[in-house]
Amino acid sequence: MTFSLFFQSIVNGLNLGATYALIALGYTMVYGIIRMINFAHGDFIMIGAYTLFYTVPLMVNNGMPAWLAVFAAIVVCAIVGVLVEIFAYRPVRKAGPMSALITALAMSIFLQNLAMVLFGARPHNVAAIFSLPSVTVAGVTISLNVVLTIAIGLAIMLGLQLFVKKTKLGKAMRAVPQDRDASTLMGINVNKIITVTFAIGSALAAVAALMYCTTYPRVTNNMGTTMGMKAFIAAVLGGIGVIPGAMLGGVLIGLIEVFVRLFAPGWYEAVTYGTLIVILLVKPSGILGRNTGEKV
Amino acid sequence: MLEVKDLKVNYGAVQALDGISLTVNDGEIVSLIGANGAGKTTTLRTITGLEKAASGSIVFDGHDLRKTEPSKIINLKLAHVPEGRHIFPEMTVEENLEMGAYADPVGMSETMQDVYTRFPRLKERRRQLAGTLSGGEQQMLAVGRALMAKPKMILMDEPSMGLSPLLVQEIFDIIQEVNKQGITILLVEQNAQMALSISDRAYVLETGHITIQGKASDLLNDERVKKAYLGQ
Repeated sequence: MTFSLFFQSIVNGLNLGATYALIALGYTMVYGIIRMINFAHGDFIMIGAYTLFYTVPLMVNNGMPAWLAVFAAIVVCAIVGVLVEIFAYRPVRKAGPMSALITALAMSIFLQNLAMVLFGARPHNVAAIFSLPSVTVAGVTISLNVVLTIAIGLAIMLGLQLFVKKTKLGKAMRAVPQDRDASTLMGINVNKIITVTFAIGSALAAVAALMYCTTYPRVTNNMGTTMGMKAFIAAVLGGIGVIPGAMLGGVLIGLIEVFVRLFAPGWYEAVTYGTLIVILLVKPSGILGRNTGEKV
Repeated sequence: MLEVKDLKVNYGAVQALDGISLTVNDGEIVSLIGANGAGKTTTLRTITGLEKAASGSIVFDGHDLRKTEPSKIINLKLAHVPEGRHIFPEMTVEENLEMGAYADPVGMSETMQDVYTRFPRLKERRRQLAGTLSGGEQQMLAVGRALMAKPKMILMDEPSMGLSPLLVQEIFDIIQEVNKQGITILLVEQNAQMALSISDRAYVLETGHITIQGKASDLLNDERVKKAYLGQ
């Protein structure tokens, strides 16, 4: 492999990985706080992508930069996430993990079919969001669009890490999963924190939609299924419930996919899903996860 | 300061508390003693809203606690050191203390200095994850965290559980010191001897009923209490 191909693959892997990482964060934050895998989370990317599809032309026609559409997507995704939590998940929260899981799967099917009714089954093409040139450095051609999306992804992850470490709300978000009773005694409204967690996790899916659409500008009603599944694997790989774990897992899965595709193009998804099986066999708590005996 | 009247609590079909009444006056140490499963922990958990009461009233400082959102109870300056400590294991000692001041962060650093003066061990270990502390240190942290809320009253549930005799003495000394600073205490204990020796008054709880109540010094000499709880 030449150096330029290697370097380009690193960049591509980071790009894909940062997207997975942002989605994985949504899974991991929600799991961390209510011990539930929100299988509808992947579909929030689809919702974000459709919002971009409709709002990017709106921005451009009004003479505003296309990327401002991401704020519309963030708001729409956060609202959908909060509504899903309040109306679908909260009523079954005390009914046990199996009910929650089935509700999440049903919500995923519901959102995909609702999108098909509203937007049709044909794929839509999202207009270009960033239109930066490509640059060639030492024989390696890199799209600055990709560099920008990696930077956005990393900045958001860094910001999130600072938020949960330093702010009062972030500390409450860490306290609730550790001990719900003690959190209540400290004055934390647990339901409010769960709602905020859903809002943030879903908003991250909107940013992931932006990153995804920059590279693959196609929206379909079921685009969330594969993306969501791979990000879920990333979250488990890094250690579900652990925020830095989601970031690490996402970047690793992105790099693995890009490099496997380089050598064995037909195998990359098999390897991704195989990674999940290997992780569950070897270290079910994930790379950064602590062994608690409780498993997904 | 705290007035509980005819409180009933059910766990499904099981009646955990069958109409208990108790009063704690400003500045007192009152203890609630009794065997395992008598309902001591349930009483404290119902006062701070962690369990729902079926009937009865709980009034703290003029506020009806049954009508108060559980997460707002700390705003009334009523703190609760729960059974089993319930510290945040994945947070540092200092972050745990910060969480104690979550509802009222004004003047947090001074309060934290006071807590560190009282518990020098916590200061030494302030950057350490709370889950890695010894049982005694975790208990100190749980008490320190409650003090961070600048409470008027603290409910303490089994503070001596699982501690060595030396630490038991230390924790009871601390409870007395805290009380001397004007904080009212409702203490739940299995160690009836120790609890009665530092309390003003006490209640004996048996399977959901209060069976004996009175001055702690009288209870120490009560034949029934001696036989059942003091091993004499």
